Amino acid sequence: MSKVRTLEDAVALIPDGATLMIGGFMAVGSPLRLIDELVRQRKRDLTIIANDTARPGQGIGKLIVEKLAARVVASHIGLNPETQKQMIAGDLQVELVPQGTLAERIRAGGFGLGGVLTPTGVGTVVEEGKRTVEIDGRTFLLELPLKADFALINAKRADYLGNLEYALTARNFNPIMAMAAETVIAEAQDIVPVGVIPPDAVVTPNVVVDLLVAKERRHG
Amino acid sequence: MDEKTLIAKRVALELRDGNLVNLGIGLPTLVARYLPAGVNVFFQSENGIVGMQALPEEGMEDDDLTDAGGGPIGAVPGACAFDSAMSFGLIRGGHLDVTVLGGLQVDQEGKLANWMVPGKMVPGMGGAMDLVSGARRVIVAMQHSAKGESKILKRCTLPLTSARPVSLVVTDLAVIEPTPGGLLLRETAPGVTVAQVLANTAADLIVPDDVPVMPITA
Repeated sequence: MSKVRTLEDAVALIPDGATLMIGGFMAVGSPLRLIDELVRQRKRDLTIIANDTARPGQGIGKLIVEKLAARVVASHIGLNPETQKQMIAGDLQVELVPQGTLAERIRAGGFGLGGVLTPTGVGTVVEEGKRTVEIDGRTFLLELPLKADFALINAKRADYLGNLEYALTARNFNPIMAMAAETVIAEAQDIVPVGVIPPDAVVTPNVVVDLLVAKERRHG
Repeated sequence: MDEKTLIAKRVALELRDGNLVNLGIGLPTLVARYLPAGVNVFFQSENGIVGMQALPEEGMEDDDLTDAGGGPIGAVPGACAFDSAMSFGLIRGGHLDVTVLGGLQVDQEGKLANWMVPGKMVPGMGGAMDLVSGARRVIVAMQHSAKGESKILKRCTLPLTSARPVSLVVTDLAVIEPTPGGLLLRETAPGVTVAQVLANTAADLIVPDDVPVMPITA
């Protein structure tokens, strides 16, 4: 069965209260059409796991401005004053995670690991409430895996089986998030026939991609 | 020469040919302009590229080629792109030779605070904690004082970025190296006396008999 769905149908599968991993770094490599459709369908009480919340009118920032998020797990919210405002007002729960730790927690979730040991955060507020482990005389923090109900992925190119290829810095968190969610929805800039993307160029294997958002028609 | 240029030029002298270098936003970014002749380095941007450079000219922007602030950049021949896990593997795994970061405070033991001011500024740590924990050398590039208050203190009053001491602190007044025995005054800025550095530093400094002037020319 084809994995291609209309934008509307793909987003309609996401219930209020869902936990979403959303790719992108300051909106670069974010699935912008999927985000716009989440806003249009007014999906609420979302938990958003992402590197950052972009700027107020941009990418994930739109979900914040529209008050559709109840909780955010991110490494940086500094360029979105609206995220900070809602956090300080108590309307939005924010968990700040060091960027490398966020990547590894997501990777652990998708790769079947029980957690990761990292030196990052030892002796800082990030250590609070976490277990530490000594390995060869060095202290590490035990950081636990992250998983999501849906991963919303942006790719440069997909084939109709769902093999994904990425572009430059738009890759960022997308490949690891595509491994860590129950349902993976990919929005590609282009969808090409199977075989066009060489096997060596595939970064995300088709077997983890559940749905592809139909591309925008360029002719009629 | 303004203070920021002085700091950037002095930091640039710390870079070695072939280094992999990550520059923080703000003042540290200026370092790229002052690489000494014959020193070629690769710059990493933690959003997933080694080999970034300034945008060569307007009109050459690529939406998918950006720095950690989301702004357009260029790439040198030989550049490579990768995902965030790889990017932080380079940082944490001992593959990054130097990171240059801004600072809010540095303490007597060389520990850095640069990511939040409780109640005022809570932007998130982004990659800063991984960079300070993982880079082979961590260089802090900052003004010596802010609003008349020394930023080099006996103890940081702001939350730490890492428990690991930084390698070197370069300010508009001095170059200071955290050592196991304490903060060592390595150099003074041109036209600045040792007494002026001491007067503007809240932490104790170890002052050797001979403190050279930063080898910076206009």
